[in-house]
Amino acid sequence: MTISHFGAVLLFALFTSVVFGITQRSDPRMMIRFGAFCFVLFVGGTIAASWVMWLIKH
Amino acid sequence: MATNVSAPASAQSSTFPTMVLIAGWLVPGAGHFMLRKWIRGTLISVSILAMFVLGLALKGKIYSPNTGDLLDVLNFAGDLGTGILYVLARLFDLGQAAVQVATADYGTKFIVVAGLLNIISAVDAHSLATGRKRS
Repeated sequence: MTISHFGAVLLFALFTSVVFGITQRSDPRMMIRFGAFCFVLFVGGTIAASWVMWLIKH
Repeated sequence: MATNVSAPASAQSSTFPTMVLIAGWLVPGAGHFMLRKWIRGTLISVSILAMFVLGLALKGKIYSPNTGDLLDVLNFAGDLGTGILYVLARLFDLGQAAVQVATADYGTKFIVVAGLLNIISAVDAHSLATGRKRS
């Protein structure tokens, strides 16, 4: 099985955010909000870091 | 003078929270299932199982007990967090002994993180069982 870098990021962020959301909050609504927040941070952080690396190289 | 004779929550200890902790570690989501948190248990179980299987599919490495490099020891501890999945992987000789392709490193990390997430989930189930976490 092969997977793209971005595909790996999306899958990692999805599964990790689900567990973080469930375990770090008590209220179901807050679980969803925190899970979504973690997902955005994981994916957004990776994209930002990628651009920083691109800028360093160029 | 009013006296409060109610026992603190910690004094009402039983083996149930410990069983929840151990079950949650051995089988992903089992701790939440024991507490009748069906949706949470299912989501945790599917997430951790999917990460573990994806890790194996990406030809990730399963670490064996070692006393070598510190990172290898830590990765082994992470792998061990998957509980029975780790035992099955070792029994059926799943995973690679050494990383051979570049993307396999993703697989290795997926397996380690699956173990770490499982430990977090087991501790969460234990907190629910003891009442330290509200719901």
